[in-house]
Amino acid sequence: MTTQDGQPLIHARGLVKRFGELVAVDAIDFDLQRGEAFGFLGPNGAGKTSTMRMIGCVSPVSEGTLRVFDLDPAEDGVEIRARLGVVPQEDSLDLELTVRENIIVYGRYFGLARSVLKQRADELLDFVELTERAKDRVEPLSGGMKRRLTIARSLVNEPEVLLLDEPTTGLDPQARHVVWDRLYRLKRQGVTLLLTTHYMDEAEQLCDRLVVMDKGKIVAEGSPRELIERYSTREVVELRFADDDGRPEDFSEWTDGLVSRVEPLPDRVLLYTDDGDAASHGLHERGLVPESILVRRSTLEDVFLHLTGRSLIE
Amino acid sequence: MSEVAAHTRLTPWPRSRPAGLLIVERNAMVYRRSWMILLSGFFEPLFYLTFFVYPLGDFIGGVTLGDETLEYAAFVGPALLAASAMNGAFYDATNVFWKLRYGKVYDAMLSTPISPGDVAVGETMWAVVRSLLYSAAFLNILLVLGLIESWWGLLILPACFVIGFGFAGAGIAAVTWMRNWQDFDLVQLVMLPMFLFATTFFPLSVYPEAIEWLVQALPLYHGIELIRALATGDVSAFQLVNVAYLGLMGIVGMKIASRRIDGLLLK
Amino acid sequence: MTDYALSLRPLEFFFAQYKRVWRGTIVSSVVTPIIYLTAFGFGLGTLVDRSADLPDGISYLEFVAPGLLAATAMQIASFEASWPVLSAIKWSRQYHAMLATPLRIVDIVLGHQGFIAFRMLMTATIYLGAIAAFGAVNSPLGLLAIPVTVLVGVAFAAPIAAWGAYTETDASFVAIFRFLIIPMFLFSGTFFPIDRLPGVLEVVAYATPLWHGVDLCRQLTLGDVHPASALVHVVYLLAFTGVGLALAFYSYRRRLLV
Repeated sequence: MTTQDGQPLIHARGLVKRFGELVAVDAIDFDLQRGEAFGFLGPNGAGKTSTMRMIGCVSPVSEGTLRVFDLDPAEDGVEIRARLGVVPQEDSLDLELTVRENIIVYGRYFGLARSVLKQRADELLDFVELTERAKDRVEPLSGGMKRRLTIARSLVNEPEVLLLDEPTTGLDPQARHVVWDRLYRLKRQGVTLLLTTHYMDEAEQLCDRLVVMDKGKIVAEGSPRELIERYSTREVVELRFADDDGRPEDFSEWTDGLVSRVEPLPDRVLLYTDDGDAASHGLHERGLVPESILVRRSTLEDVFLHLTGRSLIE
Repeated sequence: MSEVAAHTRLTPWPRSRPAGLLIVERNAMVYRRSWMILLSGFFEPLFYLTFFVYPLGDFIGGVTLGDETLEYAAFVGPALLAASAMNGAFYDATNVFWKLRYGKVYDAMLSTPISPGDVAVGETMWAVVRSLLYSAAFLNILLVLGLIESWWGLLILPACFVIGFGFAGAGIAAVTWMRNWQDFDLVQLVMLPMFLFATTFFPLSVYPEAIEWLVQALPLYHGIELIRALATGDVSAFQLVNVAYLGLMGIVGMKIASRRIDGLLLK
Repeated sequence: MTDYALSLRPLEFFFAQYKRVWRGTIVSSVVTPIIYLTAFGFGLGTLVDRSADLPDGISYLEFVAPGLLAATAMQIASFEASWPVLSAIKWSRQYHAMLATPLRIVDIVLGHQGFIAFRMLMTATIYLGAIAAFGAVNSPLGLLAIPVTVLVGVAFAAPIAAWGAYTETDASFVAIFRFLIIPMFLFSGTFFPIDRLPGVLEVVAYATPLWHGVDLCRQLTLGDVHPASALVHVVYLLAFTGVGLALAFYSYRRRLLV
């Protein structure tokens, strides 16, 4: 039953998900290889969660091919789910049980023995730093703790692939870093990760390879570095103006020859160039004086903006 | 910290065992903390009998069934036992409504090898277990009060299982159609008259003939007939009809529930 | 503006809320009495009338109907004063919204109780109509059973609201219903004269406000009023209401003004 080496763990071709008239996932192709951390980057409503649910065998495929562990989700849902770990977008913890019981009962759903689970629950709670809360109810835990518990729970069956749907959405910055740290450790241990996110920093931190999704379609694929090189410049100059009067209608006369692309946004103007300092110097010499100038590295946000004309977080 | 993930080892999944049992196990774990409810399950029937049935019986005298006159408590007691088996199963099944519409417990289960069909079977089994706990408590009290008059009484607990199963299946099927809490009022509009009219407090003979067959169509009527016959020892072949009616209701209910839960959870 | 007008304002909120669900409550407040009256008046009545144990040749239907009226009032009023009160404090927090306006604690308590009284008025009117349709109201005095039913409702609603504003969780409500309301429903003279109860219990039954309501309603619909005992009933119910309201003022204040 195991996939042979070199064969992808998850394989999708022309995968479609429809809800009535709405096409949530529109003929996407991708492969997930063993040991990699693969991400779906895109805004809300891009079709990421629908894709995850199809892989998790809780949403029937409308059209196209989907193989998970070389099995068919429609036929072998039980077998597939036994080998997956799932961290859903909204925590689905059992509020009527304690922290530790959540892991044990969840493990029982996999048919694991209680004696094995007791030890495993302690290991996992230790891993996500929740040992002190083991006997507490789930309800009063903070968002970050609940998320860590959900991650611990998803690992109870020693999954071959861990599916993470928006793993840090809704968490405060500090809690996000704790979660990232734990996921990074898993990655180092060789766990195959498949995650969705609309945070470009999350994608950059965790993903070896990612696809950019928009409106149900995959618009680009590669490593974070590759995507930035391909679809953006090395640096970006951000200009802000005190008011609309000081902001030129047409930038081309100011920026011609200085930068490779201009992206005017409502609150600021982005200038794409390989040398930000040179560009801002050039602008200054031509007499354009914005309220502030910021030179920064290109990010996946810029890639997304370039590919779709929209921002990731709206 | 040892490695938390081993990416080559497979999880064993014993398919031979009914996964529904795991849901029973989960519910039992939650229920452990609410032993108070179970304790009140012991006292409530005692309450009802002393505060209501006995004084009322004093007021009414006996009830004539065929050519035999029964003490009122011996007439109502077994019926209340049947009703309690029904309520225990049916109202526990309606807890599934909350889990189905607002809770996330099933979402979590479905990311494991558990399937929607297992949820329907498991919740039905659990409702039967709870109903049996109540029934056993109630039966004890009937025994202590001397309201079980026949050795057929040994079959009362298995009969309660059949009643519990029938109403658990029906209950879980019913909740899959409920959209909000107001719908529970409608459920009440069915359950209350059934409780009052299914010969719980007075015999079938009080009804005009045309209404009699209507009452005989009520599932609770069959539960009451079954328990009453076993308690009084006046057993006939009709009790097989009672068992068939309730058993069928449970099986059909569970099948419907299984299909409907599938549609509700897998979108 | 008079103080009293201020207490009417919260009513508008409860009416607005009620407008969304009144259809459902109408169905149950019409259908439920018919179910009970048929089951007990006719069904059980067949057994009781056969043993002919009732005084003055009245039928069991005539006996049980006014009892059901008062008992139903108790149940609905108790419900309306439990979960909705805690909800207005904890979940929907409507009381807090009211307190942010010129309304005082007194107005909130009286406003909510006023709404419950209004619900009682509707329920009692429908129920009494059903009883009359069943031919079980023997005297025009029966009309007075409507205000008595409202009084029974508030006598329960006021102390329960006081508890609802005191308690932290809704767990105790289930216990209140299981161990107080339902037993009272069963043994406070609704279904059989309380002298049938075992000794101690009979005394307990005399102390329950429900028995006073049941007996008063019964005297009125049967047209057989004993002025002295009727007066005792009214005073007892008023006293219960008064103490309940005082407790409610106290516990609302304690909970909301912190």
